[in-house]
Amino acid sequence: MSAAGNWRLAPQPGEVIDRSAKVNFTWNGKAMSGFAGDTIVSALMANGEQLLSRSFKYHRPRGVMTATFFDPNCSFQVGNEPNVRGAHRLVKDGDVVQAQNAWPSLKVDVRSANQAVGRFLGPGFYYKTFIKPQPLWPAYQKVLSTFAPGGKAPAVGTPHEIFDKRYAHPDVLVVGAGPAGIAAAIEAGRAGASVILVEEEYEIGGHLRFGGPAELAHLATLRAEVAALENVEVLTDSVVSGRYDDNWVGVIQRSGVWSKERMIKARVGTLVVAAGLIERPFVFEGNDLPGVMLSTAALRLTGLHAVKPGTSAVVFTANSTGDAAIERLTQSGVTIARVVDARKGESIRRALGRGHVAGVELGNGSKVQADLLITATGWTAPTSLLNMAGDRPVWDPTAARFSPADDLPSTVMATGGILGDGTTEELIAHGRAVGAEAARRATGAAPVEIPDLGRDPHPALFQSSTVGFVDFSEDVKNKDVVSAAKEGYDSSELAKRFTTSAMGPAQGKYEMINTMAVLAEATNRDFQSTGTTVWRPPYAPISLGALAGRSFEPVRVSPLQGWHEAHGVEPLIAGQWIRPEHYGDPQAEALNVRTNVGIIDVTPLGKFDIQGPDAVKLLNLVYTNQWDNLQIGSVRYGVMCAEDGVVLDDGVTARLGEDRYLMTVTSSGAATVWEWMEMWLQTVHPDWQVLITPITTGMASINIAGPNSRELLSRITDIDLDPETFPYMKVREGVVAGVDNCIVWRIGFTGELSYEIHVPASYALHVWETLIENGQDLGISAFGIEAQRILRLEKGHLIVGQDTDGLTQAHSAGLGPLIKQAKEDFAGKQELAWQEARDGDYPHLVAIETVDPALVPPEASQIVRGNNEIVGRVTSSRMSPTLRRSVALAQVPKNLSTPGSRLTIVLPNGSRAVAVVREDLAFVDPEGVRLRG
Amino acid sequence: MQPQSVTDSELTLIVIDCPHCGPRNSTEFRHAGEAGHKRDVATTDPAEWRYYLYVHDNPMGWTRETWFHGSGCRKFFSAERNTVTNEFRWIAPFGQGPAHTEESGA
Repeated sequence: MSAAGNWRLAPQPGEVIDRSAKVNFTWNGKAMSGFAGDTIVSALMANGEQLLSRSFKYHRPRGVMTATFFDPNCSFQVGNEPNVRGAHRLVKDGDVVQAQNAWPSLKVDVRSANQAVGRFLGPGFYYKTFIKPQPLWPAYQKVLSTFAPGGKAPAVGTPHEIFDKRYAHPDVLVVGAGPAGIAAAIEAGRAGASVILVEEEYEIGGHLRFGGPAELAHLATLRAEVAALENVEVLTDSVVSGRYDDNWVGVIQRSGVWSKERMIKARVGTLVVAAGLIERPFVFEGNDLPGVMLSTAALRLTGLHAVKPGTSAVVFTANSTGDAAIERLTQSGVTIARVVDARKGESIRRALGRGHVAGVELGNGSKVQADLLITATGWTAPTSLLNMAGDRPVWDPTAARFSPADDLPSTVMATGGILGDGTTEELIAHGRAVGAEAARRATGAAPVEIPDLGRDPHPALFQSSTVGFVDFSEDVKNKDVVSAAKEGYDSSELAKRFTTSAMGPAQGKYEMINTMAVLAEATNRDFQSTGTTVWRPPYAPISLGALAGRSFEPVRVSPLQGWHEAHGVEPLIAGQWIRPEHYGDPQAEALNVRTNVGIIDVTPLGKFDIQGPDAVKLLNLVYTNQWDNLQIGSVRYGVMCAEDGVVLDDGVTARLGEDRYLMTVTSSGAATVWEWMEMWLQTVHPDWQVLITPITTGMASINIAGPNSRELLSRITDIDLDPETFPYMKVREGVVAGVDNCIVWRIGFTGELSYEIHVPASYALHVWETLIENGQDLGISAFGIEAQRILRLEKGHLIVGQDTDGLTQAHSAGLGPLIKQAKEDFAGKQELAWQEARDGDYPHLVAIETVDPALVPPEASQIVRGNNEIVGRVTSSRMSPTLRRSVALAQVPKNLSTPGSRLTIVLPNGSRAVAVVREDLAFVDPEGVRLRG
Repeated sequence: MQPQSVTDSELTLIVIDCPHCGPRNSTEFRHAGEAGHKRDVATTDPAEWRYYLYVHDNPMGWTRETWFHGSGCRKFFSAERNTVTNEFRWIAPFGQGPAHTEESGA
């Protein structure tokens, strides 16, 4: 029906449209206008449009049914946004609105031929038909997707949008701003609680908004009261998507200045559920025709948007809301052709007409002409949030709806229609009491007495004797549910999945109770034993953008990062750290360390200041080797193992004083090792006096390496660098480049003479630049992590996690000399003793040389023997600029670990390479002459 | 005990009342394991040692366990929690909980 004429009513007392602000938009290409405050649907209906979409499976003509967000057949394509809920979304000037799911046009849809073959499209049709043969699945998918509902996804290249997140900690959060919800928020606010009141629609008020003068007067009072409270935050066009453990509540805010949609993660003291009631459709033949709508839809359209929904109405009513609709329609100039009162036993059988309601066949067989059929046949309590709080609502046969059971946690309360019925005054009084009690529970004041809110009797009305739809978005009829039950899908969860009833966009809000009622009747059970399916979050759809929110990934950089960037660094992302990978030519950087001198920024090295009389006990416990005899002024390399003997971390620790140590650990292991040591101190040896302070970012670390490093450092420090007094593996504290409190130690990860300087971070750049300046004639250049990897591999130094893995026990990594079983206790002691007793029968880390010196087998290449049995793998490999040949480490079994063993390596292209096991792990300077120099 | 990544978080939504810091989101904590089996340094039997290392009771219901407040005070603490309802019966500084409760079986 698309009759011309004036469908807009005279100004209504509660209308939300602004008649001074005209809005122009197009509908399927046709220019139309509405007013600011109109939803897309109310604007269309004001233009006489009642055919709004085609249904999912049978492509039947559909119109407005509920005039709310969840109206099952009012989804539109608006511009490039698909699936816009048209009975909720406000129409904007310039909107390009198009019907979805119709081809070639809304009025002539060739796929409505599906109706003719409807008997072949019974429940489970898709499951049964398109299951075999599997190779045809892609073809099926292609065909089915053209029949599937939904609009067009935005094209590739559509600009990204920003979605914000917010965290909130209200004492009380009220879900639903009807009379009870507003009253609860007011009273909680007055009790001093911080309150958030969440309303799904654009304004607070619930059903008062489209009520009569008395309701509007109550609403005005409530609005004024809530506005006066600064501690009550009102969120409109927002919906609570779910309630999780400990009242973690998700709120989706749909419009606002910050972003298109925002997720609020609220930790709530007391959650007050005042979600009201959802009006339930009635199942009968033709119940999906445009012109069939709920009594609340008629009240919304007339009261809020001043739109006349038809000209001549049959009203099937079982309650006061239906009666109110009769009064409103009469005032709006709609002829009431017939009132069918369910309370007097009257009923309707079917709606007549093709494409639109033309009349109604009543229960007694008589026919009445009408273009509008209003039903007011009962209510569904939207108990999803209560379900999520653990409540299992019970069926109240007298009121013909579910009601909350009395098993809510004390942090969740309910008020309003979801709980019971009453006059507006009674609902408000109940809300006030619940709000005050909610505030008390959250803040700890005196208990509040809550009045009873009983439920009014209501006839149980679900279906007539004819075949009609139970699910309008999935096109499921009552007879489909009956045949599902006959096929054995007689449990509510199975019947739902088999028929897909309640699995569409409305997720059960209109369909669930009717589906269960049909199922109960088909299986001769009562409602309670038929049960209902469990409502799960989210209650309403959430955009993926709002779920994802903005991504904040903190990065850590050394104080030298600016210098690196100014000198052409190639960054390396290592966990949270950004590190210098190289400055252009890592091979040259490595060679320069061997021939001249290089400096590298190793600030991310984990550093712990460890102090206390029992510090050495901690070292002996977490390291496998002996620490009792470490002298002040000395450093030692140590290996840490887990209690299964697997290598956990390694590094160098210095003894700086009687009870004072500086421990360094790998950058990636720093957080784990810190917690690991705290675990031992707090849970196993709480009596030990040791304090661990992480100083990773407090001290920047610079390694000077190469034959010229002593000369370079001597130019800028007063520390005596004489190799006799400051030999290898010693530590000194002193002034470097004028900076006090620097710690300098001699170690040799690169295999060269080298000094590692730990300098207070704010002076790092000064020290670094002073080194560069003073090293010009010594051939200084900065080197990055890649050059360091090459250098350490040439020297045969392992990297934990690279040359070891989650199963590598210490003996496998060649660390036997560092394991002191004589110690009373250390982490890994037992397992390592048992490993040692296996007489070498475990993997071994060895250095290997490929027969072809130019061949660098990629890391993780497999080592095989015999008939392609995998026996090991290459753990590290590089081309050595020093030796001009490939160098590599590998894990191999015992019988292939002896020097001279020949290994077969499988290369990525499938070919084989041969390599030979070396005598020593070090390729360069196995005697350690260079680093001890 | 085995070292674990500090970013692990198996329960993301509950509130845990840290005995040192007060109630915080569980994302700040790491579950550090059942209070479980005793570590005996003198163990010489591999089976016994590996029972300590790897075998956990993993009960359905009340269990005593250790938590680590990694993003807060960095203290380990003890608690008795119901693995079904996530209810905490008590939370105390490490090792200071009630000696034994009937249902915990610990």
